[in-house]
Amino acid sequence: MKYMLIMNTPRDGYTQYMSWPRKILEANIAFMHAFGKKLKDTGELVGAEGLAAPTEARLVRAGKDGKPITDGVFPESKEFLAGYWIVDVDSSGRAFQIAAEASTAPGAPVKGADGKLIEHLWIEVRQIMSGPPKEVG
Amino acid sequence: MTVERLLRDLAPQALAALVRRSHDFAASEDAVQEALIAAADQWPRQGVPEQPLGWLIRVALRRLTDALRSEVSRRNREAVVAAGSPVAVDPLLHEEPTLDPNDTLVLLFMCCHPALTPASAVALTLRAVGGLTTAEIAKAFLVPEATIGQRISRAKQSIRASGVPFRLPEAAEYAERLGPVLQVLYLIFNEGYTASTGATLLRTDLSSEAIRLNRQVHRLLPENGDVAGLLALLLLTDARRAARTGPQGELIPLDEQDRALWDRQAIAEGVALTNAALAMGSVGAYQVQAAIAALHDEAESVADTDWPQILALYEMLKGMSDNPVVALSHAIATAMVEGPRAGLTLLALFQDDESLRGSHRLDAVRAHLLERAGERAGAVELYRKAAAKTTSMPERNYLLMKAARMEEALG
Repeated sequence: MKYMLIMNTPRDGYTQYMSWPRKILEANIAFMHAFGKKLKDTGELVGAEGLAAPTEARLVRAGKDGKPITDGVFPESKEFLAGYWIVDVDSSGRAFQIAAEASTAPGAPVKGADGKLIEHLWIEVRQIMSGPPKEVG
Repeated sequence: MTVERLLRDLAPQALAALVRRSHDFAASEDAVQEALIAAADQWPRQGVPEQPLGWLIRVALRRLTDALRSEVSRRNREAVVAAGSPVAVDPLLHEEPTLDPNDTLVLLFMCCHPALTPASAVALTLRAVGGLTTAEIAKAFLVPEATIGQRISRAKQSIRASGVPFRLPEAAEYAERLGPVLQVLYLIFNEGYTASTGATLLRTDLSSEAIRLNRQVHRLLPENGDVAGLLALLLLTDARRAARTGPQGELIPLDEQDRALWDRQAIAEGVALTNAALAMGSVGAYQVQAAIAALHDEAESVADTDWPQILALYEMLKGMSDNPVVALSHAIATAMVEGPRAGLTLLALFQDDESLRGSHRLDAVRAHLLERAGERAGAVELYRKAAAKTTSMPERNYLLMKAARMEEALG
């Protein structure tokens, strides 16, 4: 079964990340590299992507004429998607284990939306839907 | 030679032989793909046949004839109903295949036809001329196989609709048609050299494939300066491959690379080709870029580099192309010759430039020159601004590290 492990950052997370000191930055890059390699080696990694900064993101919908209307990111957004991993694992337990490890990525303390420091980022674990089930009978 | 490499060399020859006889590029391409898959399965187990090209052509012809037969019988059922006159099957199997050394070139011209989108031309070229399977191309571009399959089939439809005949372009349209071919090769190379998405900076296979195809074109058109110039440029750029990234995939810029890791043999070949290309008459953008790359590759260090000569070449290049990246490189070369302030003055002119405004490159180059001018706080800010805008993960990491290191030194 496949799961998407989603890493969100609080609104200020990106700005803070941009000014991380060298040692933390180095540790984070090394962690992400090793983590990705480990998942590839176990054969569980389906894919992973990191997203460009949300400051460049746009919200888009069709106008009355069908042409795109774009808008900047809504300022009230509390969280942004930073990136995700897709893993193919035997159980939800294994997906949780991988997510927990992902959450230990080194980083400077980040303040959550409530202003409190977050020790490890929450990783959202969502199962990916499959094709049609086998016929019964 | 491995079976894989052998098949890639033979693929365009087999395809050309089929297209010449059937005049049906799309059906021939499908048939050759099937023959390649059969060969990749059988040859490693049963040994390579004595005449591998003949084997491929025979198997592909059989597939093609089968496909045409079922098409003909379908049409016959309709034709008999309509007019009572059956269509005859073309006796494809009874002729000896003819080969022409220019076949690969003819195929390249077809696959890089200006009617195709660049993405389609790239995919079709890699499959029809490069002999790669759809799965291999999909893997190299990190997109689903169905997406590449769709790009290829749409490209083949465009070729069919355009009615391009299977022959070299007329002398009058030659130059015009060669441009897109070289552009597609350059695109393939760059896709391998600076992966446009994801965390990996190098996708070696595509770069090597572009060089291999460019070599073939150079063998067929040895006197063409643009072809030689592009091959030189690719070799001289690729020569720095091993020094360009660190152990964790991080980006290492030219001035920080360990030059002992550069490929001396590729540099020697690239420099010789550059000189030959420059002597072939009219000098185009590829030759100038190759000459710049040659000056970098021959220098023992950044300080040892012939910057005045590089600046002169960028002046030339600026006259040939309105590519904003050329303008930025020109500003960097100016800074190396006349000092960072002169470079910054040039960059100030681009602040309102449509194509550069909002580009992370402009910020990154300004940061670099500010750093050299001793304006550290301004440099840190701009490195971070560039990092927030780049879509390359290795580059973002590099720019953030640069800012973090400078801030650390500032205390």
